[in-house]
Amino acid sequence: MAEDNESPVLRFDRVSVAFDTTPALSDVSFQAYEGESRVIMGATGSGKTVLLKTALGLQRPDSGTVYVFGKDISRMRERELFDIRSRIGMLFQESALFDSLNIEDNVSYPLLNQKSIHCPAEEVLPRVEEALKFVELEGTLEKFPSELSGGMRRRAAIARAVVTQPPLVLYDSPTAGLDPITANTIVALIVKERDLNKTTTLIVTYRYQDGNLVANFRYNPENGGLVPAGDGGGTAARTVFMVLREGRLVFEGRQAELEASQDPYISKFVKHRG
Amino acid sequence: MRYPRSPYGSIEFRGPAGLFDFLKGPFIAIQDFYLLTGRALRNVAARPHYGDDIVAQMDLIGVGSLPIVILTGLFAGAVMALQMSRALQQYGQVDQTGTLVSISLVRELGPVLTALMMAGRNSSGIASELGSMKVTEQIDAMRALGTDPIQKLVTPRMVATAVMLPLLTILADFIGMFGGWFVARFFLDLPSQQYWSTVWRALEWNDITQGLLKPFVFAFIISLVGCYYGLRTTGGTQGVGRATTQSMVAASVLILVLDFFLGKIFVSQAVS
Repeated sequence: MAEDNESPVLRFDRVSVAFDTTPALSDVSFQAYEGESRVIMGATGSGKTVLLKTALGLQRPDSGTVYVFGKDISRMRERELFDIRSRIGMLFQESALFDSLNIEDNVSYPLLNQKSIHCPAEEVLPRVEEALKFVELEGTLEKFPSELSGGMRRRAAIARAVVTQPPLVLYDSPTAGLDPITANTIVALIVKERDLNKTTTLIVTYRYQDGNLVANFRYNPENGGLVPAGDGGGTAARTVFMVLREGRLVFEGRQAELEASQDPYISKFVKHRG
Repeated sequence: MRYPRSPYGSIEFRGPAGLFDFLKGPFIAIQDFYLLTGRALRNVAARPHYGDDIVAQMDLIGVGSLPIVILTGLFAGAVMALQMSRALQQYGQVDQTGTLVSISLVRELGPVLTALMMAGRNSSGIASELGSMKVTEQIDAMRALGTDPIQKLVTPRMVATAVMLPLLTILADFIGMFGGWFVARFFLDLPSQQYWSTVWRALEWNDITQGLLKPFVFAFIISLVGCYYGLRTTGGTQGVGRATTQSMVAASVLILVLDFFLGKIFVSQAVS
């Protein structure tokens, strides 16, 4: 499918989702363009996870329209959605690795099960190894998710999300429940994935420092670490911050605007900076 | 009151709030259960087929239930012989014990007791397994990674149970007859040959069809009720516990209710 840079990769048009009578998302509209990073912040229960699940078609909007790669997915049947989903990577909260499968089978799962990904049998293992090498988790192929630490599970889940090299990757609270050092290595992986594969990235987080890393740092292929975007001439990917409150999009804009905001709810997230 | 939205989509019911709200829950539940059943059945013929999963489930549900089914069958047959001999004594017909044991086992006790044991063991097992997968977002991950959870999880469990439960029931029937023989031979002093000949002579095709149709029907209840409660689990580990209990209770009650109606159909057929 031809995509010109003008058409958004992901577009929400007045999307509302409710669970019975409780609204989870109300009237949310935004557009994410190719190569863009979006940091979605908000308190627990503000609809961040629902937003990602709606983008993936796991949750059907009650009203409004969701466009992914220019296609309206809000009224698609589940079988048609599989094709769209094969081009989206998703990291679930708490990883959601299949505990009945070992890491190799977990990471190869999308390669073997997504119909539109035609991966020849002999390429599956090399691609799994490559994805695990990417997240620095080589040698865990035979391990089961329960044998890994929280941070390692999160990394294995990232490997599973990006093994098909999707152009759009969604991360649901990638750093939740991790210690600050592990959390930073996870964000570094996200930035690495974004910069190496030029993916459009949506990150849900409640830690402002995660957003700060995403907005102002870039992956340095020479030493394999993150460097401030200004150093060495490279620029960070365009990053837009979004703040959700009780299902409503209350802020959308660049980091400077976010930091300048006087709204007490919005500035609460910025103060966490540290 | 809030009802969790079905994970596999449903027709939304939007009526005037308050009025008949108490009926909304049960009706949506029944509708969702039918939708799940429909999809699971349709998937039997649809691709992709998860043969490995079916075999794994047959091992887990069928072979894994052998000890419990053997024990239940043995003691059910033995106790039937023991109690019925007391009733038969009044008519001086203790030598007919085999007839009663045989008919009651094949028509009733074999199918129902085996199904109830399987409901306790497998409905709850399925509900807790799928429920844990639901609350840890593994079901969502499955959908995100290109697999239909009904095809991958529900249909194999349904097929495996539908194949294994009739087989287990046949086994339970035979073991039960053996239990009855033990009592007849050693406590009632009946000759073995007489016991076995009354056992065989008592059975008619009607009894055998009924005895095999019942477990086939119950298999769908056991597997689908377990899957249904598992897939609609919400609310973390507490929710998993709730789903487990509910599935076992619902499956057991449904088995007993359906057993009556199936029995009614077959008895009227046999009498007419």
